[in-house]
Amino acid sequence: MGESPHAVTTMPTARRPGCPFDPPAELVEARRHGPISRYTFPGNRPGWLITGYDLVRSVLADSRFSSRKELMLHPTIDYGDIQIPPAPPGEFLLMDEPQHSRYRKPLMGKFTVRRMRLLTDRVEQITAEHLDAMAKAGPPTDLVTAFARPIPAIMICELLGVPYEDRGSFQEQVDSFMNGETSDEDLIAAYTATQDYLAGLVASKRANPTDDVLSDLTDSELTDEELKGIALILLAAGLDTTANMLALGTFALLRNPEQLAALRADPALADRAVEELLRYLSVAKTFMRTALEDVELGGQTIRAGSRVILSYHTANRDPERFTEPDVLDLSRQEGGHLAFGHGIHQCLGQQLARVEMRVAFPALVNRFPTLRLAVPPEEVALRPETADIYGVKSLPVTWDA
Amino acid sequence: MRITVDTERCIGSGMCVLTAGEVFDQGQDDGKTVVLQPEPPPETWGSVREAVDLCPAAAIVLSTDRRSPG
Ligand code: SF4
Repeated sequence: MGESPHAVTTMPTARRPGCPFDPPAELVEARRHGPISRYTFPGNRPGWLITGYDLVRSVLADSRFSSRKELMLHPTIDYGDIQIPPAPPGEFLLMDEPQHSRYRKPLMGKFTVRRMRLLTDRVEQITAEHLDAMAKAGPPTDLVTAFARPIPAIMICELLGVPYEDRGSFQEQVDSFMNGETSDEDLIAAYTATQDYLAGLVASKRANPTDDVLSDLTDSELTDEELKGIALILLAAGLDTTANMLALGTFALLRNPEQLAALRADPALADRAVEELLRYLSVAKTFMRTALEDVELGGQTIRAGSRVILSYHTANRDPERFTEPDVLDLSRQEGGHLAFGHGIHQCLGQQLARVEMRVAFPALVNRFPTLRLAVPPEEVALRPETADIYGVKSLPVTWDA
Repeated sequence: MRITVDTERCIGSGMCVLTAGEVFDQGQDDGKTVVLQPEPPPETWGSVREAVDLCPAAAIVLSTDRRSPG
């Protein structure tokens, strides 16, 4: 290292046909050359791509790298001289300290391991209801709409206090700005509608607080504008990530029948299985940081102002960190995957996601012992790489009724 | 082995509780880590070390003293 590193020229890059769970070939190839590669952003702006576990983790823990929205670049679109505005109030994922903590702090006590475990009964109940509905309607079904989406949607909506009757339309709006395929026009429309909806929701919680996180937060010093921003990221993150983990995870289990059988045979495997699926699939594939000063990294000098793309997916498949990383092994003992990130921005809702998955996966595979894909695996419609969160658009499954 | 934590750094991720639940808990109100056993018994040292490694905020520090080498 030290001399000219590998250069990656396109980003994002497509997955190899027939390998829906593996990182794009170009990124795997890049990692083979070393954990850090050059990447040129559109508009000829030099940057970096980090594919190795150790370096990704160290950047995430390094306050010399910023998460501020106005410092980010789009990896594939040249916005020219357009100035990206700072993150709106409340959207703390795209802020640095001390702003980040100001928003995260009032939330931390609401998403603790203990509080989330108390939700287990409710997750079990919702899961059972959806499995009953699936059984009643009979095969085949789309697992995304019947199971993977509604469970996290109901949980996060209940937690934050989105009224039941609003859930459907709200879910659609969020989906349209997360699926990576919505036209700019529709995207702006969905975004505006969501903003308006959340503004109304915050106002109604302030007027009539109920027993939920958003109502609790109206008791803090945060303004309505800030609460709206917080609600938006919590809902978007809570809905989309877990939904894609459940659907893509089921797809992965169905493609690894011996692993699926192991999960069925041993309920105690559930916790490890969830961690392994998180590692193996890394549905939140990449994040970005910007160097605030010159930083030496992996033998390279990252100049102040350079953008760095962090590839969680290849990091979680790094052979220097995990044994046989491309094998899905639900009994794997190695912890420390980066699927929820690392450093101060590590996922706030991770303990909720864990509870949902550790209930939902075993319940599904045990309820339908003959569960299988209803179409050839190549025909399962995958989300495009342009979607921030990877997954399947739909997962047609069937079983012996 | 002695555990100290920097609660200013803690971001309430709960990784310590998940990894070594007999040694760590989280505050009910602020989600910050609470050390239940500042001098944890040797049988927990493995998971305590793992918790230190997994803590996303590097908020947990281990020190050793004469009584409990390691
Ligand atoms: S793992 Fe670290 S950041 Fe997370 S709760 Fe424990 S001490 Fe805090």
